[in-house]
Amino acid sequence: MAERMLRRYEDRDRMNHWFIALMFVLAGLSGLAFFHPSMYFFSNLFGGGSWARILHPFLGVLMALSFLGLFLRLWKENRITAADREWKAHMGDMLRGEKAKLPPVGKYNYGQKVVFWLMAVSLLVLLATGLLFWRPYFAPSVPIPVARAAVLLHAISAVVLILATIVHVYAAIWVKGTVRAMTRGTVSESWARLNHPLWHQDVTKGR
Amino acid sequence: MASLQSQDVVARSATTTATPSVRQTPEVAKLIDESKCIGCKACQVACMTWNDLRDEVGTNVGVYDNPTDLTPTSWTVMKFFEVEPTQGSLEWLIRKDGCMHCEDPGCLKACPSPGAIVKYSNGIVDFVSENCIGCGYCVKGCPFDVPRISQKDNKAYKCTLCSDRVAVGLEPACVKTCPTGAISFGTKAEMVSYGEKRAGELRERGFQKAGLYNPQGVGGTHVMYVMKHADRPELEDLPADPRIDPMVAVWKGLAKPLAVAGMIGAVVAGFFHYMKVGPIEEKAGEKEDA
Repeated sequence: MAERMLRRYEDRDRMNHWFIALMFVLAGLSGLAFFHPSMYFFSNLFGGGSWARILHPFLGVLMALSFLGLFLRLWKENRITAADREWKAHMGDMLRGEKAKLPPVGKYNYGQKVVFWLMAVSLLVLLATGLLFWRPYFAPSVPIPVARAAVLLHAISAVVLILATIVHVYAAIWVKGTVRAMTRGTVSESWARLNHPLWHQDVTKGR
Repeated sequence: MASLQSQDVVARSATTTATPSVRQTPEVAKLIDESKCIGCKACQVACMTWNDLRDEVGTNVGVYDNPTDLTPTSWTVMKFFEVEPTQGSLEWLIRKDGCMHCEDPGCLKACPSPGAIVKYSNGIVDFVSENCIGCGYCVKGCPFDVPRISQKDNKAYKCTLCSDRVAVGLEPACVKTCPTGAISFGTKAEMVSYGEKRAGELRERGFQKAGLYNPQGVGGTHVMYVMKHADRPELEDLPADPRIDPMVAVWKGLAKPLAVAGMIGAVVAGFFHYMKVGPIEEKAGEKEDA
């Protein structure tokens, strides 16, 4: 008998997610080109340095706006609650793969919630600071000391976003059966019972 | 300048390996003696003539400054300051503004495009416009607010110290044309000693705080001023202790290796974590009861 599947994401959320992912890769590569000489060759993917400079802000704004779409759908479920504190205390067990020692979690565990908020805050900072030195549109009217703070904060929050995304992608690969939540929209019932038992109870209630 | 061999490049933007610097030339400097300057703007004309640049004709704003500030096509500008260094003592200070050619150039440090800004062994800091991507980072790196980005082509421009003339043994155009000898050009050592001598003469004539502006916060500069009030360069809109801003220094210094190590480290850590701990998956039996 085929295993029963539970719906975890609507199609519009999945498409939104993948659009953000695409913009993240493009804005990320074009931005890293300016961050460190060792990664300047990424600018070739965009048609050279000037084109990377021209495109990067547009890609970034698209990423931030599309994230807002997903943020509005998911932020309530990502509020950090008292129950998360206990999970946090067992983070070491999680990393050792000892799932049995972890307290049961709902739709998102503490780690996922932290990643969510790190992404939200870093994108907000990236957007706000990026506008301040967007040439040729806004940069000319921004005082130089403000622009200096903006470029530094922009770089720091970009690194935070990239690190959070590395954790996000790794977790999806590490916890088997997770990726299909975004590629298909559904997860297996056994995945739900193992990784998100309270959410599993919730969605199977009354069946 | 790509067709001209430059084998005397000692620093190159966004470049982590050694630059072609087999040819060593003496360090040069331009000395601007403000006490000899009459504000005739011949240097401005010489600059636009040699470099074949014509700024837009502006409007008179009621002062001598014209244009009022550096632009992508005006690489040097006379700035006029009516100041009262002491109560009731009106003085008219005139400063020829332009790139200072820092020994430690903030623009070059900030520039993300390999080879868009170079420093030659003679100390000249030059923008190689064909490599410029128009990001404006040089503007943030510069402690003197010198680079200007053209709205026409999105490239940054500034004084080249006539690197093309100096390379063939000529003095910069502004030096050649100055009718009072207020601008001199030579080796850095010569210009420092001549500047000190001139400052000493000014001190003898009653300007007790006269001195040479060669700020050490940026390693010294290859454009220096003899000032009557060297203790207060801010009287003529120059920073007293210019240095590369700490935020730029962190951004283009510590942050780069730290962030690259962090990002690569995170991926490597993930790889080894997976290899050590293995995936989290349902036990084989659980699937059956589902």
